[in-house]
Amino acid sequence: MSTDWPLWEVFVRARGGLSHKHVGSVHAPDAELALRHARDTYTRRMEGVSIWTVRSTDIIASDPAQAGPLFAPAEDKVYRHPTFYDLPDAVRHM
Amino acid sequence: MDHAVISRETHAAFLVGLGDDALILGQRLSEWCGHAPTVEVDLSLANLGLDLIGQGTLLLSRAAEIENAGRDADALAFFRDELDFRNSLLVEQPNGDFARTITRQFLFSTFQNLFYGALTASADTELAAIAAKAVKETDYHAGLAREWVIRLGDGTEESRRRTIDGLDWNWRFIGELFTNDAVDEAMINAQIGVDRTALRAPFDTVMAETLKEATLDVPAQHRPVSGGRQGKHSEHLGHLLAVMQHIPRSFPDARW
Repeated sequence: MSTDWPLWEVFVRARGGLSHKHVGSVHAPDAELALRHARDTYTRRMEGVSIWTVRSTDIIASDPAQAGPLFAPAEDKVYRHPTFYDLPDAVRHM
Repeated sequence: MDHAVISRETHAAFLVGLGDDALILGQRLSEWCGHAPTVEVDLSLANLGLDLIGQGTLLLSRAAEIENAGRDADALAFFRDELDFRNSLLVEQPNGDFARTITRQFLFSTFQNLFYGALTASADTELAAIAAKAVKETDYHAGLAREWVIRLGDGTEESRRRTIDGLDWNWRFIGELFTNDAVDEAMINAQIGVDRTALRAPFDTVMAETLKEATLDVPAQHRPVSGGRQGKHSEHLGHLLAVMQHIPRSFPDARW
């Protein structure tokens, strides 16, 4: 039966101020039950305050075969990290 | 208005009835564990069952406290016999197929949610606090069961047929949920209990709206069957208790 139902990706916000994080997936016949299945599967131990579900087929993923052209060019661009500033001692939590 | 004076015995009997409803349905749902149509549904049903067993534990603990006879919730759950259980007949009905389980859940959770909602105003403040916690759970249970009834009723030919059968099986037992017995009357006078008859209209509204959305007819009025709340149970309860009580009775000192 499970194979008849589409797959939904589940994102949970652990608490206010944090972003939703991908936690897994569920099978469900429609959006409303996908939310309920996500709730029953992934937030049983107070893991979250908000859930998003999205049809897995609606996620546009990058092609692993393209990992080279997509990500390798960033490897030698260290100047994109803001690590060249001298921070005053008074600035904390940076 | 002065609260009527009520005996410990009556107060405890009231709590035992509520606790038994939650406990027995929780035990029934646990039978689905590992057998549900999908892993997601398996978890949903187990969650409902665990919520109900939690409510049963709180209610039977409160009953034991009021009774003050040296018994605790475990003694009430595991060392009473069938005739001493005060649950409604609906909750002891066998699971049948998924549609029958879901229709039973829809009927009972809708009732229980209304009941707990009213119980939050109980003069027994401890009980009111239990109800305030539990009503959040039953609100979810009633909603989940409602969503399933709509999908199964307005689903395939087979799911529709099974849902109609499930409603037919369970419908005769709802009269008992909305009838006040002597214990209820005493507890209503003491402002601790809930007038069950007042819950029927809002219950019927939920039924009518949901079944319409599920493209199903409200079942015809069967001759109501009752007696569970007086200890007159169907043959199904004994089998359930045998499974539930076997370990604690065989090994009374077992701990886990």
